[in-house]
Amino acid sequence: MEHLISCENVTKEETEEIINLAFKIRETIREGKKKFKALRGKCIINLFFEASTRTRTSFEKAGKFLSADVINISASASSVKKGETLIDTVKNLDMMHPDIIVLRHACEGACNTIIPHIDASIVNAGDGCHEHPSQALLDTMTIVENRENLEGLNVVIAGDIVHSRVARSNIILLKKLGANIFIFGPSTMMPRYPEALGVKVLSSFEEVAKIADVLILLRIQLERLNAKKVFPSLREYATFFGLNKNRLKMLKKDAIIMHPGPVNRGIEINNDVITSPKSVIFNQVENGLAVRMAILTTICGKKNKLLEELNA
Amino acid sequence: MNNLLIRGALVIDPSQNIEKRMDILIENDKIVKLEKNIPSAESTFIIDAEGLVLTPGFIDIHTHLRDPGYEWKEDIESGSLCAIAGGITSVCCMANTDPINDNATVTRYIIEKAKQVNLCDIFPVGALTKGLKGEEIAEIGQMVKAGIVAVSDDGEVPRDSKLLRNAFDYVKSFGIPILCHSEDKTLSTGGQMNEGYLSTLLGISGIPPEAEEIGTIRDIMIAKLTNAHIHICHVSAEGALKIIEKAKKEGVKVTCEITPHHFTLTENNVKTFDTNTKMSPPLRTAKDVEACKEAIAKDIADIIATDHAPHSKDEKMVEFSNAPYGIIGFPTLLPLSLTLVEEGILTLSKLVEKLSFKPAQIINRKDIGSLKPGQRANITIFDPEEEFILTEEMISSRSKNTPFLNQKLKGRVKLTVRNGRIVYNNL
Repeated sequence: MEHLISCENVTKEETEEIINLAFKIRETIREGKKKFKALRGKCIINLFFEASTRTRTSFEKAGKFLSADVINISASASSVKKGETLIDTVKNLDMMHPDIIVLRHACEGACNTIIPHIDASIVNAGDGCHEHPSQALLDTMTIVENRENLEGLNVVIAGDIVHSRVARSNIILLKKLGANIFIFGPSTMMPRYPEALGVKVLSSFEEVAKIADVLILLRIQLERLNAKKVFPSLREYATFFGLNKNRLKMLKKDAIIMHPGPVNRGIEINNDVITSPKSVIFNQVENGLAVRMAILTTICGKKNKLLEELNA
Repeated sequence: MNNLLIRGALVIDPSQNIEKRMDILIENDKIVKLEKNIPSAESTFIIDAEGLVLTPGFIDIHTHLRDPGYEWKEDIESGSLCAIAGGITSVCCMANTDPINDNATVTRYIIEKAKQVNLCDIFPVGALTKGLKGEEIAEIGQMVKAGIVAVSDDGEVPRDSKLLRNAFDYVKSFGIPILCHSEDKTLSTGGQMNEGYLSTLLGISGIPPEAEEIGTIRDIMIAKLTNAHIHICHVSAEGALKIIEKAKKEGVKVTCEITPHHFTLTENNVKTFDTNTKMSPPLRTAKDVEACKEAIAKDIADIIATDHAPHSKDEKMVEFSNAPYGIIGFPTLLPLSLTLVEEGILTLSKLVEKLSFKPAQIINRKDIGSLKPGQRANITIFDPEEEFILTEEMISSRSKNTPFLNQKLKGRVKLTVRNGRIVYNNL
């Protein structure tokens, strides 16, 4: 694996390898070991043009736990404010010989735009409404942890599918692993061509509850849409599409609930859901660190080295 | 006296139904004879065009020359050089310059500069509304006097239908067409590519074909109401073509154009996020491409025009959604159009009609678009079989923004004559 841009280019085998490695990493970390030498001498730049807590911290910790030199750059503190273009910014950073640039950017295809101009590997940490492949990998890991086999599993993704990179990456990857994907939410947030994604649209929460083995709730991205244009009020969204105590009871007994975070409490999710035994939201965060360590290690070609350390 | 005899070419002149091997004699800036075997003694300068095709110079009624104001993208000289290398001897340039061509002073500047450059006919298109703002009618009469051949708010769309009605009505008195960028911009707002399967996969905000259809219906209805001649620019959607077909049957004075990229490429070309596949209207689906070809075959699309829209590398080397819309069109007009002949969509003669005679009629120019003796000698000679790879060096435009760069194309311009003078020679 040279880059991680889109789940389109990640095979089933690669997914399994990354997830298996991530499980091993997580186990070792849980035992208290937080420093590995696998990426000593490697340099990773986290270049974030959009706000992020989880993803950025997760990538930063992942690099540091692996002993790589990690540099964090956020758009507000960079030359972008002085008018530098994305390509120029990345080209300049590339001249400092990083091994990996982790990029988050508001424009779809931002990674594709820069690849021809640089030598470093690129990891897409979210490009506009396009993809967020490391999130899909950590979500897959979380599902595998709870269900083992994804073949025939019914995964429902609920919320603003049109603007969700998490949804797109998850749909592509989980379908590759044999899951059936359904989407749910206000029609204004459903794609015009759901068949392009190979998903079915569900029309009521009753349907969702009946079918879902896994329910992934998406955050209502208030910053990405003028909410008033796609639904009348947050209250109305919560009433008809949010998950609450009553709806929680309707779900299958062994269903799990996921959310990429950050959550909007009282909108798509509330405290009853977050603290319910069905929720694996915080496991996702823990798995995120391990998956990202696995991704960085794999891209740097140091998997065997890390395995030696993990097995030691 | 300056004269020029071109011998042996396959002459195609749809205005006279000519398609045969003939010689053509030019004196000064006029065509004087079009006959078989004109004796060489009649001219001091003879060009052998054996095996080549000779047609009236191409007329591109939809272009952006960016002059005044955006000279880093293009200016009248670089645009003219690029046009003649593409066999285009007349171009109409849109009004979205800086300052905007919404008054006679700017019109006169363009005409004066075109005279100095003197490589091809440049016919300015005036703004329909002041500042392209869609609020007040521009001083169209003054601009007509200064030399505009049409009006258009291309790129922008007047949203106020009452104003549009008044503007259409007003333009009628001057006998020029209104070139319409037909789009409901309130529906397409924020869109970066065609709304379809691919935009769903890429997460890019879509421009539904319905935005074009609504715009087309609105403009046609106002044309019907006012009896003005409208020409719909760059039609790209199957639905819009159906609307135009129906309007034509009903006798509405509507003509339209299709660009080579819209009958050649589909939205799938956007998959790599190449900013040179971003234009407005966007590349649509394979079904729309088929509909465009059918419309060309059935004369629903009257002409082919390029919507030549230069943007510098600095502007296009950005993220897809931050890139400006548009590609250059002069270098690829002939080779892409010839594929229609190769695919049997239309005859070579029909194609030439759509590249010369018909556009001349739309802008009411009787001095161009034909090889009749007495006409101004604007002539294009090309080799329909010659293959070449389009390189940046071949493109005289200041901008190189085309998705066809470094691709193999077939059909190459060999000689361009304008006003009896050889302005481009690649023999």
